[in-house]
Amino acid sequence: MPHDHHDHDHDHFHHEGTSPSGHPYRPDNDQPLTYWQRIEIEVRVLLVEKGITTAAGINAQIARMDARTPAQGARVVARAWDDPEFKARLLADGSKAMAEMGIEPDGLKLVVVENTPEAHNVVVCTLCSCYPRNLLGLPPDWYKTRAYRSRMVREPRAVLGEFGLDLPDDVQVRVHDSTADMRYLVLPRRPAGTEGWDRERLEALVSRDCMIGVAVPEAG
Amino acid sequence: MSVLPAISPPPFDPPYPTKGARFAPGDTVRVKKGAAPGHMRTPWYLRGHTGRVERVCGDFANPEELAYRRDGLPARPLYRVRFTMAEVWGNGAERARDTIDAEIFEHWLEPADAP
Repeated sequence: MPHDHHDHDHDHFHHEGTSPSGHPYRPDNDQPLTYWQRIEIEVRVLLVEKGITTAAGINAQIARMDARTPAQGARVVARAWDDPEFKARLLADGSKAMAEMGIEPDGLKLVVVENTPEAHNVVVCTLCSCYPRNLLGLPPDWYKTRAYRSRMVREPRAVLGEFGLDLPDDVQVRVHDSTADMRYLVLPRRPAGTEGWDRERLEALVSRDCMIGVAVPEAG
Repeated sequence: MSVLPAISPPPFDPPYPTKGARFAPGDTVRVKKGAAPGHMRTPWYLRGHTGRVERVCGDFANPEELAYRRDGLPARPLYRVRFTMAEVWGNGAERARDTIDAEIFEHWLEPADAP
């Protein structure tokens, strides 16, 4: 029955509304602009018309935001692992220390929380989606979900377990709720077996999730 | 009966200026049970709970006013306050000695022994 939509036995059959790999197509956005989309366009056009900014200036700013990635955070972490004096400066004033590495904090007020054998840190923003964007780029979608935001303060070990991180009972979990002006970066523990590694090799171990605190780096 | 976390005060000064904070790292404080008419940055789940000041962040403009295009000045001391899971969630805590740190402005805090 090649035309039976419930028949999964035929390799060449595609369900309606799905791509050949079985993913649903995203619907076309044919609906009219929302109020706020119109306001954004009108204000942007006015700013350009009045010479307050230029289209090129706006594009450059977007490009600057898009260029921020977790690789910047990984550079900071690898240096902290490798340079105890830098680590002390980073813990005392995160924004100043990242600026020292040429990563512009702009308005970011960075607090760095260090994982130790006794304590594991993890970051959430229960009120919205505060995230150290100037350092790590845009947050992952799950970071902004109601489930992550509400469950991370209530049952962090269960949530970490779903990320594949099962912490021993004797390690204290410290959840950091970014409720006001500070933004948080977790400084993970340097994995065993990385003695003598250069910074570039260390950086490759430091994922975005390690710096949010839902994962820990592992050597090879 | 509050269940309080251990605090090791940070071995450095606040990186942002403050004109003087009422509370110091290690002090026991309670989040007031008030409400602001509109935007506020004090999470509801911490209202009425007692923790310890982990650090003074510095003075920052009041977000309850900034949200309505006022200048939020004078800037107010902002703290990181640490709470135990046992304090916040009681017997329903996943693990009593795990902690939650949140940033709370001074006008939302009172000494834990206040009536």
